[in-house]
Amino acid sequence: MGLLKKINALEPLWWSLFGLGGMIAAFILPVHLFLHGIAIPMGWVSPDLLSYERMMSVLSSPYGIIVKLFLFSIISFPLFHAAHRIRLTIEDLRIGWLNTIMPLISYGGAIVLSVITIVVLFYKLS
Amino acid sequence: MAEEIKITVTRYNPDKEAELKTQTFTIPYHNDWSILDGLNYIKAELDGTLTYRWSCRMAVCGSCGMMVNGTPRLTCSTYLNEFYPGEITIEPLANFPIIRDLVVDLTDFMDKLKEVKPWIIRKNKSDENDTSKEYIQTTAQMDKYYQQTLCINCTLCYAACPVYGLHPDFIGPAVIALGYRYNNDSRDQGKDERRKFLASEDGVWKCTVVGDCTEVCPKHVDPSAVIQRTKVDNATNWFFSFLKGKK
Repeated sequence: MGLLKKINALEPLWWSLFGLGGMIAAFILPVHLFLHGIAIPMGWVSPDLLSYERMMSVLSSPYGIIVKLFLFSIISFPLFHAAHRIRLTIEDLRIGWLNTIMPLISYGGAIVLSVITIVVLFYKLS
Repeated sequence: MAEEIKITVTRYNPDKEAELKTQTFTIPYHNDWSILDGLNYIKAELDGTLTYRWSCRMAVCGSCGMMVNGTPRLTCSTYLNEFYPGEITIEPLANFPIIRDLVVDLTDFMDKLKEVKPWIIRKNKSDENDTSKEYIQTTAQMDKYYQQTLCINCTLCYAACPVYGLHPDFIGPAVIALGYRYNNDSRDQGKDERRKFLASEDGVWKCTVVGDCTEVCPKHVDPSAVIQRTKVDNATNWFFSFLKGKK
């Protein structure tokens, strides 16, 4: 299983992405959860603030690229965080056969979803 | 009638029987007795064949680690009064092969301990035998590794570590903590030499951050945090060597 060996040899990379994603998931995502999940439904913040039209105009403004990079960061890195965590959990649960292919599924999944994010943000929305 | 407490211990004597058994002893309860005092009472008064390791009685030697009601503890600093009037079950440390009764085989740990080279390494080998040289260290420099010098090699962290239980090749918490201790000593220059072992497939990357090693450590060495810091160090090194083009 040459490919799986290569994936495992990149452990420092997966772990770094795991750490980065963890920071983002812990510090930035809660702000979004609060805004979208609580503050706007409760009417504390005007829904217009994050309305579709307003967000689209922000994205097409000269500063749109920064917003896109920000969105990419909060989507992609937590995916790698989840991938690593799920992989290690499977390992701890001792599910042998799943364990061996898990690096491929989890990191592969995170990469595919990250690529989709890039395509949507930088090609579909441009 | 004087107060009593029940202690159930694991018995194993491969010369006589291939299976583990348990035996329950009723001993006098004293508020100031440690579990080790209780075991010593059993050995002296009830059954002289009970086998277990101990030495210093004051949490310095690291010999008397056992599973106390399922948790790895030093029996010299765990007291009967924590469990009284309940019962106590003493088992040999988990994740290690059992030699007899409560004594486990630590060969694997000792081999790994040697591998991490827990001594001061100098690039210039003649430094190591030169007693005329002084290596002055500030308090701040010593603070960087002092906490990890407190490790007494009791191996409670190995008994607590589910990863070690699952992958016996994992070099484990205490050995990584000792590698960290020497890597962060300003007098040491052996970081690269130790990296081969610490960053190997069975090294820090095997750790899944369960954190039980830190929970059970009687000397507050905090192996879990140290493993994560060693990961940061090895990841940084990996990226730099990747950029430089040497794999």
